[in-house]
Amino acid sequence: MIHSLFLVNASGDIFLEKHWKSVVSRSVCDYFFEALERATEPENVPPVIPTPHHFLINVLRHRIYFVAVIQSEVPPLFVIEFLHRVVDTFQDYFGVCTEAAIKDNVVVVYELLEEMLDNGFPLATESNILKELIKPPTILRTVVNTITGSTNVGEQLPTGQLSVVPWRRTGVKYTNNEAYFDVVEEIDAIIDKSGSTITAEIQGVIDACVKLTGMPDLTLSFMNPRLLDDVSFHPCVRFKRWEAERILSFIPPDGNFRLLSYHVSSQNLVAIPVYVKHNISFREGSSQGRFELTLGPKQTMGKAVESVLVSSQLPRGVLNASLSPSQGTYTFDPVTKLLSWDVGKINPQKLPSLKGSVSLQTGASKPDENPTINIQFKIQQLAISGLKVNRLDMYGEKYKPFKGIKYMTKAGKFQVRT
Amino acid sequence: MSASSAFIDEKGGSASEPEYGHDPASGGIFSSDYKRHDDLKEMLDSNKDSLKLEAMKRIVAMIARGKNASDLFPAVVKNVACKNIEVKKLVYVYLVRYAEEQQDLALLSISTFQRGLKDPNQLIRASALRVLSSIRVTIIVPIMMLAIKEAASDMSPYVRKTAAHAIPKLHSLDPDQKDQLIEVIEKLLADKTTLVAGSVVMAFEEVCPDRIDLIHKNYRKLCNLLIDVEEWGQVVIINMLTRYARTQFLNPNINESLLEENSEKAFYASDDEEEEDKKDEVAPLAKRKPYVMDPDHRLLLRNTKPLLQSRNAAVVMAVAQLYFHLAPKAEVGIIAKALVRLMRSHSEVQYVVLQNVATMSIKRRGMFEPYLKSFYIRSTDPTQIKILKLEVLTNLANETNISTILREFQTYIKSMDKDFVAASIQAIGRCATNIGEVRDTCLNGLVQLLSNRDELVVAESVVVIKKLLQMQPEQHSDIIKHMAKLIDNIQVPMARASILWLIGEYCEHVPKIAPDVLRNMAKTFTNEEDIVKLQIINLAAKLYLTNSKQTKLLTQYVLNLAKYDQNYDIRDRARFIRQLIVPTDKSGALSKYAKKLFLALKPAPVLESTFKDRDHFQLGSLSHLLNAKAGGYQELPDWPESAPDPSVRNVEIPDWSKCTSRKDRKEKKAEKPFYSDSDGESGPTESADSESDSGSGSESASASDESGSGSESGEETESEEEEEDEEEEKKKKRKKHLDKTKAKKPVEESTESEQSSGSEERKRGRKAVKNQKSASESESESESSESGDESEDESEEESESDTDIRKKKTPVSKQPPKQSKKESKKETQEMSLLDLDDFEPAPASAPVTPVNFMSSSLVSDLEGLSLTDTILAPTTITPSGSIKMYELLHRITGEGLAVEYCFSRQPFSPDPNMVAVQIQFTNNTNSETKNLHIEEPRLQCGMRIREFAEIDVLSAGESVTVVMGIDFCDSTQAANFQLCTHTRKFFASIQPPVGELMTPVFLTENDFKKEQGKLMGMNEISEKLTLGEKCVNEHVIVERVTATANLSRVPCGSDKECRFAGKTVSSGCLVLVTVSTKEGGRAQLTVNCEKMLIGTMLVKDIMQALSQ
Repeated sequence: MIHSLFLVNASGDIFLEKHWKSVVSRSVCDYFFEALERATEPENVPPVIPTPHHFLINVLRHRIYFVAVIQSEVPPLFVIEFLHRVVDTFQDYFGVCTEAAIKDNVVVVYELLEEMLDNGFPLATESNILKELIKPPTILRTVVNTITGSTNVGEQLPTGQLSVVPWRRTGVKYTNNEAYFDVVEEIDAIIDKSGSTITAEIQGVIDACVKLTGMPDLTLSFMNPRLLDDVSFHPCVRFKRWEAERILSFIPPDGNFRLLSYHVSSQNLVAIPVYVKHNISFREGSSQGRFELTLGPKQTMGKAVESVLVSSQLPRGVLNASLSPSQGTYTFDPVTKLLSWDVGKINPQKLPSLKGSVSLQTGASKPDENPTINIQFKIQQLAISGLKVNRLDMYGEKYKPFKGIKYMTKAGKFQVRT
Repeated sequence: MSASSAFIDEKGGSASEPEYGHDPASGGIFSSDYKRHDDLKEMLDSNKDSLKLEAMKRIVAMIARGKNASDLFPAVVKNVACKNIEVKKLVYVYLVRYAEEQQDLALLSISTFQRGLKDPNQLIRASALRVLSSIRVTIIVPIMMLAIKEAASDMSPYVRKTAAHAIPKLHSLDPDQKDQLIEVIEKLLADKTTLVAGSVVMAFEEVCPDRIDLIHKNYRKLCNLLIDVEEWGQVVIINMLTRYARTQFLNPNINESLLEENSEKAFYASDDEEEEDKKDEVAPLAKRKPYVMDPDHRLLLRNTKPLLQSRNAAVVMAVAQLYFHLAPKAEVGIIAKALVRLMRSHSEVQYVVLQNVATMSIKRRGMFEPYLKSFYIRSTDPTQIKILKLEVLTNLANETNISTILREFQTYIKSMDKDFVAASIQAIGRCATNIGEVRDTCLNGLVQLLSNRDELVVAESVVVIKKLLQMQPEQHSDIIKHMAKLIDNIQVPMARASILWLIGEYCEHVPKIAPDVLRNMAKTFTNEEDIVKLQIINLAAKLYLTNSKQTKLLTQYVLNLAKYDQNYDIRDRARFIRQLIVPTDKSGALSKYAKKLFLALKPAPVLESTFKDRDHFQLGSLSHLLNAKAGGYQELPDWPESAPDPSVRNVEIPDWSKCTSRKDRKEKKAEKPFYSDSDGESGPTESADSESDSGSGSESASASDESGSGSESGEETESEEEEEDEEEEKKKKRKKHLDKTKAKKPVEESTESEQSSGSEERKRGRKAVKNQKSASESESESESSESGDESEDESEEESESDTDIRKKKTPVSKQPPKQSKKESKKETQEMSLLDLDDFEPAPASAPVTPVNFMSSSLVSDLEGLSLTDTILAPTTITPSGSIKMYELLHRITGEGLAVEYCFSRQPFSPDPNMVAVQIQFTNNTNSETKNLHIEEPRLQCGMRIREFAEIDVLSAGESVTVVMGIDFCDSTQAANFQLCTHTRKFFASIQPPVGELMTPVFLTENDFKKEQGKLMGMNEISEKLTLGEKCVNEHVIVERVTATANLSRVPCGSDKECRFAGKTVSSGCLVLVTVSTKEGGRAQLTVNCEKMLIGTMLVKDIMQALSQ
């Protein structure tokens, strides 16, 4: 399956290589570099690149390319999914997944890669198991290790690997037993020039942070489970129970994990929490263009819209922009032509606006394309679909855990066409 | 290695490297290359783990950066046995990386792993196997093979999983091992733990993906386990099962083709999809045989469906492709939602999913129509995603949704991403060709684009318009005129060529403009691109044919220019056209038809998706993505015309065991009295047996032993019973692996074990009787049991099998309790044994081994002597317990023919280098089996088989025993062959335990010591062990060793030591075994043998035998 892995940074240097079978020369990456050169944008590199003897499958995360070398038929998603899992694991271990972090922890990285794949086939990818095999580096542990000479490597086979609950380690102990669930919903939308919604859908996830002693068995039920149209579960969720009763029943992994991701059925009308009034125009023959944006709240269920960030890719002909925001700050990068406006919170009494003019290259003809406006925002204490958790119960352990549920709505891919 | 030195230089230059030891002694002061790693070497040699660890960390960092650290190999490999687990792990990392390059040195580490393989900790066993199998050193292939086989029957599923992982490694290292590996795979496939399932199917896919027959029996189990297998395993299993199902089940859409149109319509209205489809299914009922889905097919679909909810995109994709390839049309729809969900994932995932959706959407358009809007394009999507979404949108376009799609396309054309704009224009063109209603609208829109400021957009539009115009040129001469004007402005060659072609093709519609265009092009001819030049020549030729008055000179001018062009295609074309159109004296017959040739009506191009027909590749595969076969791709087979026999998937045993276990329960009830009764009975029968023994020439000692006293033997049997149970339990386990026959109901466990033992005993019983017959005239008791045998009623065999148990099992299970009793109670007998030991060293091993052994080997020896001329006559051995029966063919798989074999330990007279294998055939059917013989032996190189003579007839219920010889070449590789009857062929394989590969040799103590002295060092393998509880005295040890291996005892002065000698059958290498006992049940086992592999394996077997 996976023969080798090369890590390539943004400047095109291979800074780590790992081979699970015979060594594949790093010159195989030349094909990748060729593709990289051909691609106009970093994300335009084709994920699968055939070469005479190998296939290169790569993913781009945190400005690092993870290039896997394959020699024969294997489902490409298998490799891609695995590579993403590797990145997630690194992130989990080192907090960030950057070139510097990987280089600093190269031994742990190597130990992890060794455990995650055997002969190119995934072996242990569950974070709970890996953490028992290889302890994540912390400052405290590094100090202790240098003094006592102990190691980061677990001595025992993680019991989880053999138990029926492979995602949870055994012998978990906490003094404060707590379980937090975050219901986070994202709105993906495309809004027309005229302000009408072309497409809008809600995708949600429930992220959990469970720190409970022993082997708790949790059930979580919703007030309105019918809202959930399409769901995908963490392996811990009992599928049968969901099918039959629409209840999430599970033995949670220890620590942070994504319990569920869902899609709200498309029949429901999606409330769009913000609107944009825009007037962007370029006149023929003139080297100036008008640029006006106004944001306002719409269907927010009385909650404040926060952390608003507007960005737009202006046409190539634009030289510069001189705008004045009524609140927040804006930046314009004359090289990439990216305009971004950090609005902050929308005050319904005084709507934020950004007005001014953009200068065009002299002599250049009027750009015939109009920029798209991308908007990001957050609304606390609200799940826009109306999803509500009914109750959370715990079985199997005697103590009383502290439970908490938080709701949040965010913009996903929220675009306004102009 | 210049590269490596470069790396080293580079390393020297890196200041960030935490250099250890800047004191002069560490060598840091000498920066010459060859001393580069001296500091590291020194750290590795130190006693402190922390220094070693630091050194290893730096070395691993070097490896990670791709720097050469191979010169450290000797220093690193020394630490392979380091106690510190982290150092050990890093050494493993290093070993796996460099062992291939330094094969000789890598061998130094092997013994560590071999030791690790026997560790009580499963983690260590597994990791030892993992590393052992990962170092790609061909020399250790046999060791790897052995380790894998061993681990495949390990108690820990984790170790078994590792074994499964090791299989493809070994296969890639040495493909010759395939046959043996397949056996291991077969065994592991029967494993019932989820942990193993994924890995073994992975191994199956890499080693023998075509052996679909191995899956039959495990199919249902795999389906049922699937949901609990880890996610990566799920992907592999689902992909494999897709292929499997394609070969085993009928096409569920078989009746669909008749009603293609109907269903097509049904899909437009996707909401009533199912309803319509039901109609589909109903309609053809009248015409065709109704399709009934195989329940196993349904099982697969049902059990994979929940996995669509997996968080792992690869699993979802695998299920999606399974449904696409296997499900009835009405059910395929459910995968759409899950696939659309995946499009929220990372862009790489999107890319792959969209590729597959594009293919699916061509064939099953209705499926994705409800999700049309999910494929709308955002400006932030990467270009490759945009283009794929466009593809899907185009595939989904139909009369009802075309207007919305076209509106979407219009916004796309305004995008800043020009590649994407070009693709959008093509998409519009495709929509226009596919959907007649919108053709004119599209054409108008495209014509508007001709005035776009961006040249790329215009060029692309021209190309698309050209294709559209070809469909109905008459109505659009104004567009052609418009385009003719564009030729002055457009520089993109493809677009210019398209315009020229259009003008030439339809020059009759634009008679005035065309010659003028040609005039202009003639001017610029030399500066044009090749494709444009070719079209200029084309245009000239066509004009010459239609309007020669105006264009004759121009044409000739153009042809002359072309004649001297650099490109030979153009020169060729010019020459060809000149001959064809310009009339000369000897112009060929073709020139008459020139007009027809050039101005023939050309069919309009069909704008097709590039994803059309890609579904002949299995969806989700790499080959599908690349639209080219990748190495190792397994073709998705077509549905079979008629379904193969579904009963192959039946795991027949459950029914079988159900009925027998019921019977068993009865039997069990019967057994209790039966055992207690036997006290009285056993005495005489036993003596009968021993008499037969004595009849064949053994010493009276055995008789006196066995017939000693009735009451005593009664006691014996009781103690034996326990032993037997244990033994049978073990056997049963082994059997379970061989054929996954037994239903695993814990309640039935006990009954089952007894049942299986019962059946075995019965078989033996039968043989026992035969043997008695052949060996000597039996007493009245045995006659009665014979008659019982003939009547063939199983329950009636009870008494006989009972006697048998004692006859056979006594020695097999070698009960120490019995021994101890013997010791305590029967000193006389003990004495006689000891006497024999001392005074009768002559007839090989006979005297030292306990009675039954002696009898068996003696009998066989004698028989060997007497029967030399008729080898194939029943050279049957007395059913002495030292002989373990192995199953060659189970009666279920053999369709009533049961075949067992054992190693009779007699010399095989036709060829002394062969091991004699005694095979017993039992016909359990109601009909005769004819022409039993062997065919097509598939042997490892050097191995030979001496087949037994064909058995003409084996009538129902009969058994027959034959002897064949196999030269195993002193290896434990299996001999594979086909066992043929007049109707069927069965694959069979005989694998010898290492102990059967030798024959006893008589040596004196001095000889032994001398020979041992020659076989020291590498040839000596020595292990410490703790003797099992029952190994209380020398006799038990002797008994166990000789049971394990065909060796003879060497007389020895010390009572603390037992020595044995033998030689390998094939090459005659000496095998010397010494067991010296120490205080507290500890012992030391030493094996000296030139053949290290045999030695190692023998040590292991004997250890096992002694520590039980």
